[in-house]
Amino acid sequence: MGRTITLKKGLDIKLKGKAEKVLVDAVKPKMVAVQPTDFEGIIPKLIVKPGAEVKAGTALFFAKKNPDIKFVSPVSGTVKQIVRGERRRILHVLIEADNKNSYEDFNISDLSSLSVENIKEKLLNAGIWPFIRQRPYAIIADPETKPKSIFISAFDSAPLGVDYEFILSKELDNFQKGIDVLSKLTEGSINLNIDGKADDSFFSKIKGVELNKFIGKHPAGTIGTQINKIDPINKGEFIWYVNPQDVIIIGRLFSEGKFDARKLIALVGSQVSEPKYYNTILGAELNVFNDDALNDKSNRVINGDVLTGIIANGFIGAYNSQVSVIPEGNYYEFFGWIIPRLNKFSMSKTYMSWLMPSKKYSLDTNVNGGYRAIVVTGEYEKVVPMDILPTYLVKACLAEDIDKMEQLGIYEVAEEDLALCEFVCTSKIEVQKIIRDGINLMIKELS
Amino acid sequence: MKALRKLLDNIKPHVEKGGKFHFLHSTFDAAETLFFVPNTVTKTGAHIRDAIDLKRTMFLVVIALIPALLFGMWNIGHQHFLAIGEQSTLMDNFIFGLIKMLPLIIVSYVVGLGLEVLFAQLRGHEVNEGYFVSGMLIPLIVPIDTPLWMLAVAVAFAVIIGKEVFGGTGMNIWNPALLARAFLFFAYPSSMSGDKIWTSGLTDGLNTLDGFTGATPLAQMAANGQAGTKLAEELTKSNASLSDIVSQVYDKFGYITDAIGAKMSHLDMFIGTYSGSIGETSTLAILIGAAILLFTGVASWRVMLSVFVGGYFMGLLFNILGPETNVYMQMDPLNHLLLGGFAFGAVFMATDPVSASQTSTGKIIYGFLIGIIAVLIRVVNPAYPEGMMLSILFLNTFAPLIDHYVVQSNIKKRLKRVKITA
Repeated sequence: MGRTITLKKGLDIKLKGKAEKVLVDAVKPKMVAVQPTDFEGIIPKLIVKPGAEVKAGTALFFAKKNPDIKFVSPVSGTVKQIVRGERRRILHVLIEADNKNSYEDFNISDLSSLSVENIKEKLLNAGIWPFIRQRPYAIIADPETKPKSIFISAFDSAPLGVDYEFILSKELDNFQKGIDVLSKLTEGSINLNIDGKADDSFFSKIKGVELNKFIGKHPAGTIGTQINKIDPINKGEFIWYVNPQDVIIIGRLFSEGKFDARKLIALVGSQVSEPKYYNTILGAELNVFNDDALNDKSNRVINGDVLTGIIANGFIGAYNSQVSVIPEGNYYEFFGWIIPRLNKFSMSKTYMSWLMPSKKYSLDTNVNGGYRAIVVTGEYEKVVPMDILPTYLVKACLAEDIDKMEQLGIYEVAEEDLALCEFVCTSKIEVQKIIRDGINLMIKELS
Repeated sequence: MKALRKLLDNIKPHVEKGGKFHFLHSTFDAAETLFFVPNTVTKTGAHIRDAIDLKRTMFLVVIALIPALLFGMWNIGHQHFLAIGEQSTLMDNFIFGLIKMLPLIIVSYVVGLGLEVLFAQLRGHEVNEGYFVSGMLIPLIVPIDTPLWMLAVAVAFAVIIGKEVFGGTGMNIWNPALLARAFLFFAYPSSMSGDKIWTSGLTDGLNTLDGFTGATPLAQMAANGQAGTKLAEELTKSNASLSDIVSQVYDKFGYITDAIGAKMSHLDMFIGTYSGSIGETSTLAILIGAAILLFTGVASWRVMLSVFVGGYFMGLLFNILGPETNVYMQMDPLNHLLLGGFAFGAVFMATDPVSASQTSTGKIIYGFLIGIIAVLIRVVNPAYPEGMMLSILFLNTFAPLIDHYVVQSNIKKRLKRVKITA
């Protein structure tokens, strides 16, 4: 039996533009991109050249550090272009889709006859391994490690987060299959974590999992918070985690023998006229949504949620289930720091937003102030439910003191777990970047 | 507003990188961001940000100081006219106070902000908002007739040695405003102590009514405590019974008076119609400020509450442990909280987030110790009738140590977990 955990700390930011539970088919993409930048810490080595014919599941590049980890094309077609950025860093591998949907054949095999090594090999070959990530560090899992348990967060507490029950109900069989595959990879349990406030009749149908319920505000839905409460990571331990939609993709590999990267993506945010779910595919160009808001220069299009996502450059990112569109905030506001500003949201009671707990806001990307040294204390602590001292962890990262970072719990966090610290910070400290730099320093120093 | 924006936009290219006046960009930024929240958008991390910023936070503290400031102005006049025995209306008192107070505020802000801008300019940083608050705090915690040049020197000391040498707002170890006060106290002791400095005009040889005393309640109690003990010793020699000694001592020394010799009740102390530094006397006005700070969440309730609890606890401890004949030790602990700078220190000084402890547990320990040490200094060391300033500065020094142990306990918890699972 799973556990029920109530979290007191956290913050729900209510934004306009949550997706209706309506599913429509997106336009078929003409262009699809695989973006190495989506995968933290990966240096890509190309296998294909422009002009090569690929099928869905054909490897495009592999990770320099571990050539077994391959990244594959989600569609069949032709490699059109390798887009490079500064210092020739690969930004996208562009594939022109032929819409024939031809797949590489990875064989359907009986799960019970496969050893752990066979399963790993199959996942690596089919390019699905990158969807399995690990804590510490929130990077692609090292296939050589043994995870003490596997976590799946089936609810998204972030602003405008998607409804995984709605998404998973379309393909429950493959989700179950994916869980069965994952449970072979660990001697520990598969923790499926759901929203404790919602009805659990759907998720209780899933077998072979510990069904844990989390009651609380964001970041209750982030993996780091859930791990900290259920099975905290100590030095030398590993936990793997997979997004629910990627569990389905794993399931399809074993039930259909192919890399089938169809996904449901929610287009959300105050600038979207009709926020809803779209049937599309991993890496598809954003034009498939056919929404004008995406082309408006005064909007910001984000791959993922508004707290942790990255600015989209034309394509759907690897790990996300949503694309958020919010207004840019590049305007001046006369005496903005004194006036009441009823349309602004704040955790503190220095604004009126606490009086209107159910009001939904259309927040923009304005920083709302200047960058300062840390002055106000106790803010971060209000939004971090983990047993961690966020201010001191951030300071240890800034000081590049790896001993302190380790002692203060760097293994247990990733930037997404502390994204709210960055949101609430009076001094506008860039917490997520600091934590990521700290994690990368740990990886460098310990390897 | 549009014209102002246009003006700023016209100047902007000249102070931006490559412009002729680029060296002035800190000053320009300070002016621009005073009028307009800048158009900066998020680049990394969270795309949306909380609407709060340091300007609003600091501004709210200044607002919270206004009740104490207004009462202080009135009380300047009130004490002055009491001293010379003239009838005065509320308006008379207030206007007298305003005239006395305004130069102090202006000097504090002009010198302090001037130095802040200068340092920001030298470093090429944005001007920090920290001095918004310090600049208002400093005039409120000095005696009313403090010479302006002294104030200017103290402000310069606080800003340069107290803050800028450490790197500016957010980096300092001690509360800058208290540092200014401590500087005045130790550098110019003759102008900062005694009974004459608290009422406007007295140091200039103003003729006062008979029976007028300018002594602050705490100075009275310190003196009473010593005098009472002396009297008790004498009476003991003459073989009086203990109960007799106690009653005699209390009859003579066991009370606090206001400027014209009337005994003060708790209500008088709470309202604050006695002499002292400008902003510190009225616990009522300070608590209105405290309510603003706590409600908006700008100040930490942990610190504030634990300072009061610590002070009350120490007062109570003296009640229990102190000799019966020591009137100061036997004073109602509530008086400690109502008199002198205790409430002001607890609400506006101890809660300064930069110099206070930063962990939640640390804040409680930090505040509690401030309360204890403040009362300890008051009662035990008659050379310092007011212990709040030294107590807070002392704990400012130790705040990082307190935090260190709180952080260590978190680390130990994490290490323990490894052993359990191993």
